[in-house]
Amino acid sequence: MTKKQRLTHKKVSHARRADLRNGLLFSSPVIIGLLLFTVYPVGASLYYSFCNYTGLKPPTWVGMANYHRLLTDPLVTKSLANTAVFAAFSVPLGVAVAFWLALLLNQKVRGMALFRTLFYLPSIVPTVATSVLWLWVLNPQYGILPGILRGIGVYSLFHMFGIPEPGWMADPMWAKPALILMSLWGAGGSMIIFLAGLQDVPQDLFDAAEVDGATTLHRTIHITLPFMSPYIFFSIVMGLIGAAQYFTQAYVMTGGQGGPVNSTLFYAMYLFQNAFHFFKMGYACAMAWFLFLVILAATIIVFKSSARFVYYQGDAK
Amino acid sequence: MRNRFPIWKQIITYITLIVLSGIFSIPFFWLVTTSFKTDQNISLWPPQIIPKPFTFQHYKAAVGTIPFGLYLVNTLVICALAVVGTVISSSLVAYGLSRIKWKGRDALFMIVLSTMMLPYQVVMVPLFAVYTKLGWVDTYLPLTVPAFLGNAFFIFLLRQFFMTVPHDLTEAAKLDGCNEFQVFRKVIVPLAKPALATVGLFTFINTWNDFLGPLIYLFDESHYTLSLGLQMFLGQYGNYFGRLMAASTLVVLPIIILFFFTQKTFIQGITMSGIKG
Repeated sequence: MTKKQRLTHKKVSHARRADLRNGLLFSSPVIIGLLLFTVYPVGASLYYSFCNYTGLKPPTWVGMANYHRLLTDPLVTKSLANTAVFAAFSVPLGVAVAFWLALLLNQKVRGMALFRTLFYLPSIVPTVATSVLWLWVLNPQYGILPGILRGIGVYSLFHMFGIPEPGWMADPMWAKPALILMSLWGAGGSMIIFLAGLQDVPQDLFDAAEVDGATTLHRTIHITLPFMSPYIFFSIVMGLIGAAQYFTQAYVMTGGQGGPVNSTLFYAMYLFQNAFHFFKMGYACAMAWFLFLVILAATIIVFKSSARFVYYQGDAK
Repeated sequence: MRNRFPIWKQIITYITLIVLSGIFSIPFFWLVTTSFKTDQNISLWPPQIIPKPFTFQHYKAAVGTIPFGLYLVNTLVICALAVVGTVISSSLVAYGLSRIKWKGRDALFMIVLSTMMLPYQVVMVPLFAVYTKLGWVDTYLPLTVPAFLGNAFFIFLLRQFFMTVPHDLTEAAKLDGCNEFQVFRKVIVPLAKPALATVGLFTFINTWNDFLGPLIYLFDESHYTLSLGLQMFLGQYGNYFGRLMAASTLVVLPIIILFFFTQKTFIQGITMSGIKG
């Protein structure tokens, strides 16, 4: 190595060290945050899940006991089933409604900004306020939704078939449908994402298809849907993760009880009750790890199946 | 250009949009009109479209029973700290993960991203235990300090944005004698203002709307946020719907006003990031 080479080499390694130092310095908040708010709590949570832990006294090791209990706890089964039903309806219906709204707004309508605002606003209303409001919307005697359903004859239909009038949030049969309906009111968030995605659907394909005599429905199914599939896929994944942790609305509307008859006891709520009402914190941690595994499994399944129906522009297939 | 949509199709689209936006607006209509109706008129069917007599009694009662001003101040304090903390820390980290080349950078970014997969419930109990030991429970520290240590999602968002800034710009600044922090402060931050505004806005909304955090960490009623106060109000006055709607309107209104002033940032932000509010 000549002297000059050695000097440049020195310079380069000096610059590299400076970069490393600066990089670490700039990233230091997240490094500290990861250690304090992720690495430590994740380890502690895993440990607690094998312990009897009330939060007051130090945890005592109980092995697999919490996980064994989880498998036989009827309320775990019940809350899992409630959560699965909620997710199975609210996620696909929410995506469908959002997609429909986005398609309607994408037709270059006049007053588009106003309609967009009206559809979007409900999704940013504070969740607690939404929940309080919907208790009143759904009030079986005086609420506006039962009033309208009665007015347009839906309840008469119910009577004809011998179905009792829904008591909505006070009725074990109708409480979950009420929450699913309420969740659709917030579909505007996904709608905005779809609306953005629709801008990327190539117009020339539409025109070509129209020349070939394709109907609007055909064009939607064969052109719009494939191009929109990554957005739909994203919404489904995020929706599932959100639904698995569904908590605030049910907690507020049932006073933290999950009633009537546990019909709105969702998994995250039962977990919260165990941690902060019953102080079974070790058990709550075991429940949380089980939730994590369920979310992970669901995400992997959706990802795997996505290869078949998600189309990425520019992919050579 | 020829109009692609025949007139009758446009009419159907309009009718559908008007009906649907009507349905989406019903709960708002119900919220606001109920809050101005007298108790006797609340249960009328068909409902009064415009309350007659028009009363403010529920607003007076709501503000009289919950210390609304105090909860507003509490919420604003938490929101302000969370916004400042998140914007500063996330932008610094995003810079370190995009504009500087260093060993381990991409690995760290992947780790940060992967934490988004972790449900909050997993870390909820240990965090509560730690905060209890630190004596932070029933203070705003658990709700604000983590904001100063970066938010994975916003780091991701800002990193995407920072990567689009041409390298020539930052190299020129360095030749002029700027150090790394000055490049960040004088070149990147001014260019990233719209993205930073988005991050701030969404942090504000998320913090304003947060319920689980205050529910876990705040005990003393005088420390409550608006969301927590509203929930407590519901527990006490579950059947006084006039009062409940007045209180809910007061909680919703600031967010709606904020939305109308920042609509552009909002819509761009969601489009850019794919998040829901």
